[in-house]
Amino acid sequence: MNFWSMTFFPSLVRRERASLAATLLAPVVALAVAIILNLGLYVLIGRDPVAVVYAMLLEPFLTWASFSEVLLKAGPLLLIAQGLAIGFRAKIFNIGAEGQFILGAIFASAIPVWFPQATGQWIWPAMLLLGAIGGALWASLTAFWRVRLNANEILVSLMLSLVAAQLLNYLLLGPWKDPNGFNFPQSVMFQYDAMVPLLISGTRVNVSLLITLALSLAAWVFMQKSFSGYKLQVGGLAPRAAGYAGFNESWAVCLSLLIGGFAAGLAGAAEVAGPLGQLQRSISTGYGYAAIIVAYLGGLHPIGIVVSALVMAVIYIGGDNAMVSANLPIAAVRVFQGSLLLAYLIAVAFVRYRLEWPQATKKTAHRSPS
Amino acid sequence: MNAIEFILAGMLAAATPFLLAALGELVVERAGVLNLGVEGLMAFGAVLAFIIVYHGGGHFLGFVVAGLGTAALSLIFAIVALGFRANQVATGLAIGILGQGLSALFGKTYESLTVKGLPKLALPGLSEIPVVGGLFIQDIIVWLSLAATLAIWAMFTYTKVGLVVRAVGENPKAAHAIGYSVITVRVLAIAFGGAMAGFAGAYAAVIYTPLWADGMIAGRGWIAIALVVFGTWLTGRVFLGACLFGAVSLMALAAQATGLDVPSQLLSSLPYLVTIIVLGIISADRRLLKLNGVASLGEPFER
Repeated sequence: MNFWSMTFFPSLVRRERASLAATLLAPVVALAVAIILNLGLYVLIGRDPVAVVYAMLLEPFLTWASFSEVLLKAGPLLLIAQGLAIGFRAKIFNIGAEGQFILGAIFASAIPVWFPQATGQWIWPAMLLLGAIGGALWASLTAFWRVRLNANEILVSLMLSLVAAQLLNYLLLGPWKDPNGFNFPQSVMFQYDAMVPLLISGTRVNVSLLITLALSLAAWVFMQKSFSGYKLQVGGLAPRAAGYAGFNESWAVCLSLLIGGFAAGLAGAAEVAGPLGQLQRSISTGYGYAAIIVAYLGGLHPIGIVVSALVMAVIYIGGDNAMVSANLPIAAVRVFQGSLLLAYLIAVAFVRYRLEWPQATKKTAHRSPS
Repeated sequence: MNAIEFILAGMLAAATPFLLAALGELVVERAGVLNLGVEGLMAFGAVLAFIIVYHGGGHFLGFVVAGLGTAALSLIFAIVALGFRANQVATGLAIGILGQGLSALFGKTYESLTVKGLPKLALPGLSEIPVVGGLFIQDIIVWLSLAATLAIWAMFTYTKVGLVVRAVGENPKAAHAIGYSVITVRVLAIAFGGAMAGFAGAYAAVIYTPLWADGMIAGRGWIAIALVVFGTWLTGRVFLGACLFGAVSLMALAAQATGLDVPSQLLSSLPYLVTIIVLGIISADRRLLKLNGVASLGEPFER
């Protein structure tokens, strides 16, 4: 009668308690599986797998210069993912971080674009703050739609990301276009004081990495130690229990989205006031979506996310390397990201379940007296 | 041709990618599964169809390959989300990212190349009516999508298959108890939804705008998912929603053609803005969503 149970498929049986070993192993196994599968794909499209492995997985670590680029890349991924993970744990799916990131970049750019002559040490901190507010404001639209209009936050936040990308285009092709920029869709170059100070000389790593790490610590304290964080987690794990306990769902939605938007906006601001030095189209390269994968791969845990952000940054930098040295299309990075998340979602099933093979039960069933 | 005639004539063709993908997602969601990977599935179907048609395989083969390819990709979703009971939101996003990545990877060497679309077939008599006549001059895929709409409506309204799909979505435990395999029904629904998303992408890439550009789906897969909510999980309303979005995307084109002094970016974001607004209006009526919504949507099934 039941096709799946009568055949040879093993079934998932719930464990008595979550397996710690599986929790720690899942991302590692997923990464290994994704690497093997993707290497197969590269062979299929006629690329040299050895060259790709070298460029993608080794080169980022070989020189200080390239590893510093990994750190630079990890910054925004880490910051956005920390914000998103808080919402994901509460089962509030803000997948519009890309738009909140863009709005953060736009808000931060307003200062140097409107006041290009301004000087003073206050400029870059003000830009970061303004960017974070911009991201939070953009996310607050989603929060309003969800709380007051009962609309699905996944769809609204994603649609707002697509609108944000158009808004960025509008500004760069219209009012904010650099008049001396040879008609390129980019703003003026920012003045010195509008740039986040460098952290390590000789690299592009700046102080925003310290802010990101400090906020990661804050995320850990918030989620593991604070009552607010606890309420969010209960809302995600047992929504009914949260309701009986009087935890307000609207509050959880607003808090999750505002934190996510704040973090993504801050990341966007740090990007224009850091490595880019101006507002340009390349601000939007999918960090907001990649950060979703970073958040899951890190087990939605603030410490795990620090590691997974580094892994994802290596994949980005390595993908760039492989594009140059092994002629690997840049789209391969997205394929890798998608397959990595799928592999992780499979691997993580073994935290809560174990496999049971049907043969074992069959044998006992056949031991009937005859 | 004035603006109204232009919109009436083009509305159904513009609506078809939305309609096909939304019909597929409708069946998936009715069975209790939320597949958010539609955008990536459409992108993957689009590139498969484009490659086949570009190399002379013809439109029929293009659609078949696109449908089979995306059905296969959506089966990966089924394995992860149903087999391993993973979070459906995350799994759908992963499939979406994977599909978009594969689309960009395979389509890289076809950037900016074009193929030939399909001729339009006119319904004799009806197509000669002034003003609305344009509605009855459409290509074969549009006619087939209308037929598919009717078929899916009839399936849910009159057939046992439709009833089983709905039962599995409403109350999987009960459906299981009376002897239906919840997983099998859901896997089939997911494969069907995947194939429909592939057809939708194929239509967009080889008929509606037969030119390859990376990211050509441009959010239409997400709008298709929103359409299922707009339609409150009812086939007829999903169809009306798709027509609305076909009209909206044409209005943006028409406005640009008439040289209206509005930034083109605002017109490009019109479909997204309309989605956000309509989503707010429809969802605000909680009773409506409760009445027609799918009770077990997004929840993994465990015996």
